[in-house]
Amino acid sequence: MKTFDLSRQTVRELNQALHDVPADQPAEFLVTEPRGAHALACGIRAPVKVTIRGHAGYYCAGMNQLGEVVVEGNAGVGVAENMMSGTVRVTGSASQSAGATAHGGLLVIEGNASARCGISLKGADIVVKGSVGHLSAFMAQAGRLVVCGDAGDALGDSIYEAQLYVRGAVASLGTDCVEKSVGPEHLAELAELLARARSDLKPTEFRRYGSARQLYHFKTDNAASY
Amino acid sequence: MCGIAAFFAKTPAAEARLGEWFCPMLACLSGRGPDSAGFAIYRNPAPAGEIKVTLQSPDPQAWAGLAAALARDLGKVSGERATATHCVLTLAAPESAVRAWLAANRPDLTIMSIGTTIEIFKETGAPASVMDRFELHSATGSHIIGHTRMATESAVTTAGSHPFSSGLDLCLVHNGSLSNHNRLRRNLRREGVEFRTDNDSEVAAGYLTWRLRLGDSLEAALTGALRDLDGFFTFAIGTRAGFAVLRDPIACKPAVLAETDEYVAMASEYRSLADLPGIDKAALWEPEPAKIYAWNKADYQRRQAA
Amino acid sequence: MSFILPGLRESATFDRHVIHEIQRAAETGIYDIRGWGAKRRVPHFDDLVFLGASMSRYPLEGYREKCATDVTLGTRFAKKPIHLKIPITIAGMSFGSLSANAKEALGRGATEMGTSTTTGDGGMTNEERGHSRLLVYQYLPSRYGMNPDDLRRADAIEIVLGQGAKPGGGGMLLGQKISDRVARMRTLPEGIDQRSACRHPDWTGPDDLEIKIQELREITDWEKPIYIKVGASRTYYDVMLAVKSGADVIVVDGMQGGTGATQDVFIEHVGIPTLPAVRQAVEALMELGLHRQVQLIVSGGIRSGADVAKALAMGADAVSIGTAALIALGDNHPRYDEEYRKLGSAAGCYDDFHEGRDPAGISTQDAELQKRLDPILGGRRLANYLRVLTLEAQTIARACGKSHVHHLEPEDLAALTIESAAMAGVPLAGTNWIPGKS
Repeated sequence: MKTFDLSRQTVRELNQALHDVPADQPAEFLVTEPRGAHALACGIRAPVKVTIRGHAGYYCAGMNQLGEVVVEGNAGVGVAENMMSGTVRVTGSASQSAGATAHGGLLVIEGNASARCGISLKGADIVVKGSVGHLSAFMAQAGRLVVCGDAGDALGDSIYEAQLYVRGAVASLGTDCVEKSVGPEHLAELAELLARARSDLKPTEFRRYGSARQLYHFKTDNAASY
Repeated sequence: MCGIAAFFAKTPAAEARLGEWFCPMLACLSGRGPDSAGFAIYRNPAPAGEIKVTLQSPDPQAWAGLAAALARDLGKVSGERATATHCVLTLAAPESAVRAWLAANRPDLTIMSIGTTIEIFKETGAPASVMDRFELHSATGSHIIGHTRMATESAVTTAGSHPFSSGLDLCLVHNGSLSNHNRLRRNLRREGVEFRTDNDSEVAAGYLTWRLRLGDSLEAALTGALRDLDGFFTFAIGTRAGFAVLRDPIACKPAVLAETDEYVAMASEYRSLADLPGIDKAALWEPEPAKIYAWNKADYQRRQAA
Repeated sequence: MSFILPGLRESATFDRHVIHEIQRAAETGIYDIRGWGAKRRVPHFDDLVFLGASMSRYPLEGYREKCATDVTLGTRFAKKPIHLKIPITIAGMSFGSLSANAKEALGRGATEMGTSTTTGDGGMTNEERGHSRLLVYQYLPSRYGMNPDDLRRADAIEIVLGQGAKPGGGGMLLGQKISDRVARMRTLPEGIDQRSACRHPDWTGPDDLEIKIQELREITDWEKPIYIKVGASRTYYDVMLAVKSGADVIVVDGMQGGTGATQDVFIEHVGIPTLPAVRQAVEALMELGLHRQVQLIVSGGIRSGADVAKALAMGADAVSIGTAALIALGDNHPRYDEEYRKLGSAAGCYDDFHEGRDPAGISTQDAELQKRLDPILGGRRLANYLRVLTLEAQTIARACGKSHVHHLEPEDLAALTIESAAMAGVPLAGTNWIPGKS
């Protein structure tokens, strides 16, 4: 276990050490005194385990590949943005654009996520045990967002093929986002996601949302939707 | 584009450490605001019937004879304190008289703020040096809002720095970029509001001045701002009673709030709050878009008395 | 071309182009999307001339006395700056908008001349990385195909805020070019109309951009130069802010920038010409004391070595070509005129590259059309063109007595019109007059 105390060492030293871990050698890191520093544990490309004890700033675990990152606190803007694989877990809440444009892997937020959770999602899975803010899943292309609490305004605006599951109230749906029926394959998918997120909630308590696909081919009568 | 921060002391103990705790908050925001810095500190209430005027001049000799001239023409000057390029005078005269006298006799001086407790200090230069020059580290007071500036569409000048004064004991700092401020400025000028810069934030402050002059409460004025100002903004507004925070409906510009039994603090990044005492146990949240959050000293003084 | 009888007078306000456009809009209910940049005449480098050597200045012998053309980009913060042999780069154009053969041709030609190419809004292909010795990787609002492996194998990263054709625009691209491979790279359903974001998803504003740049540097261990690209608009402030955000290199694309397909109204009516944009950008860098330390690349209507030399004289460190590179490969070549006419256009006028039916086989995903461009021959053509641009610029520089093209300066120029004098900050020829300044 390598420990980095960020009151004495720099973020650059931490990230370089993380990048220098050989791809075939698992390693464990503990980061203390983060105090909201930005770009913590970003660019990981090996199966390292990183625990950040405290609040992280912007872009924590950005572009994560194969790493397992736990933030014991809150995370700032863009946690796990553009993640490719691996897992990121935030025990507190996350700021805006959590999981933005992520391609793969799993992001779990135990608390709430702010606006634009899963914006431009490209295949990753996000499970938020609390609520998400407005414009979540905006232009989300692929992947799955599970919200155990409520969703803010304009959920799934301009969504492509990402799947959304919400248990609580949806303040309003965005353009081209509609409620969809829940079949056995969806319940199975949800069950698997909830299990990986270590949630006891029942899949049957969720509703499903996705694209109405009316914006896939421009029709002049839809112009107001743009 | 900038960093903004605010600190509101709930207890006398916190008031005694106001500057000490606020300095690192602002210093942390230097990266996103390297050009200039400023703060509005609410402290040392003027005696009944008197007001405080904070003036600025680059000339170190500017203050010589000023207090005497004011006393001669306007009324008793009970306080005078010069710090670097600023000077705070406490005098028994109405605001309009003070403004008229200064315009007629000392147009070389810039009025930073007028009120019963507010003092606005701002200058170009790195935030750390600005705070140093104005001795913020040892300051005490009731509450404070501050700003570090990265100039977007206007020049880096003292006048262009925030906070912008909006009226008696009222001021504003802004992170973001307005998009309809030029026409608004022209309209507000016609309504009698004065502007010294081409800065969009000054327009926001001027808008509040105008609404309050028309009789709006601060809350009504801020509600009007949501409707009439276009663009991206997080505002922190300083008032005699405390402070308010407002984000636009799109809410792209950041804001984090922290509250304990001793204080309420706000900043553009959590990092700025990370060294505050008790932050580990503080309630932390982000203000929602288009919602006015306000804190009033009276609420806490009642509790103290109880 | 129809013949207008004398006595018939066309309106300048409602001319035949305007009539055609209004009627097209009435028929289709959708704005017209096209490429090829602003077509109308605006003040440009053509309105400037060089003051060659005479009694007070002495020229250098061509072919014998050296006139160097190399430039280094990314010296401010990057551990591995980029060294170019010539001050001309290939601008960002996506695989998706261009065929694989076209991207390969661009890579081959650029590599032969010792310069860089740039990926576009769709990500990096292995072919492009393989064929370009120096590759700049664009970081766009859409983040299509963005991944850290490509970030690490790029030679530089270009954060795109906008481009000359559409500063501030996202917009929409019709489905014909979302082929199977493109769709997979971009994580989109095949054949749909692509909607593009106009803002980045996880930052807005230079204060937050600064933190994003930090993240990108951290991910790549501070090795790669970071460029910021803007469409020319409020260029003076944009350059100031790009510098304050932490850019190594700034790319400014004037309104004549042609390779983005977007609405005609956007292309023609948003953004300022390249000429004033260059001047404003250099002014900002000079004021910050960072001219030549933060490098400036300009694009938007660079066509000849004279354009290159003028941009450098005004203070740019390098130029970038997009449209001109495609023309060099063969777009709008007269040999395809018959096919262009079948598409309702003509050689020299074709601008519907977004439809993917380009007879030159360059901006298409159609398997048959693509074959028309041989990537090796295409690469040779591009290299030839780049060579001519360089030689022309060197000829001009030598005539002005310069042993390095970077020694060209604004005082080597004169303006032929009042507008260009004002925009470029260069005196009207034969006078000391710069409108607005003297």
